[in-house]
Amino acid sequence: MGIYEEISGNRTKTILLISVFLGFVVVLGLIIGLVYGNQYFGLILALIVGTIYFLISYYAGSSMILSMSGAKEAAKPAYTALINTVEGLAIAAGLPKPPKVYVIDDSALNAFATGRNPEHASITVTTGMLQKLNKLELEGVLAHEMSHIKNYDIRVMMLASVLVGLTVLLSDFLLRSFLWGGKGDRKDSNQVTLILIIVGIALAVLSPLIGQLIQLSISRKREYLADASGALLTRYPKGLADALRKIKGDPDPLVDKANKATAHLFISMPFRHDHKESFMQRMFATHPPIEERIKRLEGM
Amino acid sequence: MASTMWITVIIAAIVVLFIIYIYNSLIRLRMRVNNAWSQIDVQLKRRYDLIPNLVSAVKGYMKHEKGVLEEVTKARTSLITGSMATKAKASNQITEALKSIFAVAENYPQLKANENFLQLQEELSGTESKISYARQFYNDSVMAFNEAIQVFPKNIFARLFGFEQKDFFKAEETEKKNVKVEF
Repeated sequence: MGIYEEISGNRTKTILLISVFLGFVVVLGLIIGLVYGNQYFGLILALIVGTIYFLISYYAGSSMILSMSGAKEAAKPAYTALINTVEGLAIAAGLPKPPKVYVIDDSALNAFATGRNPEHASITVTTGMLQKLNKLELEGVLAHEMSHIKNYDIRVMMLASVLVGLTVLLSDFLLRSFLWGGKGDRKDSNQVTLILIIVGIALAVLSPLIGQLIQLSISRKREYLADASGALLTRYPKGLADALRKIKGDPDPLVDKANKATAHLFISMPFRHDHKESFMQRMFATHPPIEERIKRLEGM
Repeated sequence: MASTMWITVIIAAIVVLFIIYIYNSLIRLRMRVNNAWSQIDVQLKRRYDLIPNLVSAVKGYMKHEKGVLEEVTKARTSLITGSMATKAKASNQITEALKSIFAVAENYPQLKANENFLQLQEELSGTESKISYARQFYNDSVMAFNEAIQVFPKNIFARLFGFEQKDFFKAEETEKKNVKVEF
């Protein structure tokens, strides 16, 4: 699969994710409608709230992700070399303008790209990266992130984050409204309460699973592709391969700055590396195994 | 009769749309080449602006290496004037000269402790790698464009519309590797 197929594939996925999002909103609206005995009221309310939620998370999503992970914008002169490298790679990728550069003050080795399109994108690296990787390895990592931006992976990932957030929000809302409603003064709504309990519990159970599956479907194959097109930018696959090897050997994962909603953004899984990975762990991993990625890079 | 006429019209319309599509795709590729070229120009200009600062920063220290500094200053003007070939040649010359300036600077501890000099060195090596990335993108774009105007059937229309092959921005084979050297 080439870059252009990947971009058009991402367009399809974008439409699919928005449809899933719309479906959720409609279901929520119908349930609210059931509670208040007026279907249209619930539907309209849900559509308005859903639209606002969508717009806010789509346009402010990257700044929320950045502040959530404690990233600060990199400035000259302290980060001149980093900024220059990012600008150079943006030229190599033919991007209209270079992405913004952010730094997380953490000794772990990780990096991610986010944004809604190449014009509004950013790349974040940990200070550990800057200290432990040499110039060529860092260039490899940044080229990998630049490919995520160029291929519009960042948009799909952003929408995925929005969806995971929404499922969590929805299940929480339904469970809470059940708890508050259960205190006693509504007698006519036993059946409705029962539906709410069932849907709420179902959503609460399903939402992490749905989130995992979405992240799964979108982020594993594209890591290989971003590795490959990153290598095309630097013309030096060994740089990224060496960097991945260092990341793998690093005992210090980025545990506290990442959560399940942002895990798929990072260059390697930001959770504790277990040496004995179980079958389930591998099934639900957001990233392909690092050894496999290194092997493919070295075969280029 | 009417149906033959309609078939002719439809075929003519398809042919016209096909030609428009080919023309637009060629134009888009050519625009990418031009845009890539202006990226190189931006970086060459940046280098042109940085060099006087570097010369004045090191002049006081490097009394015995006047020759290198003069060479840089002389080649500098060719960075922003002249043909693509002149620019490529000047750019290569400056790359070599800067390398020797930075190598010589290793012998001057005072210079290496100078914050201003270190900053300039960082900026110049950043510009250096940006030039090579811009060149890479330019050459990739030229390759895509040249290939497009040579394959059938686009080559017929390319000749018809007067599209001509573009030149690559050539550089010494070793230069890309030299850029990676850490000072």
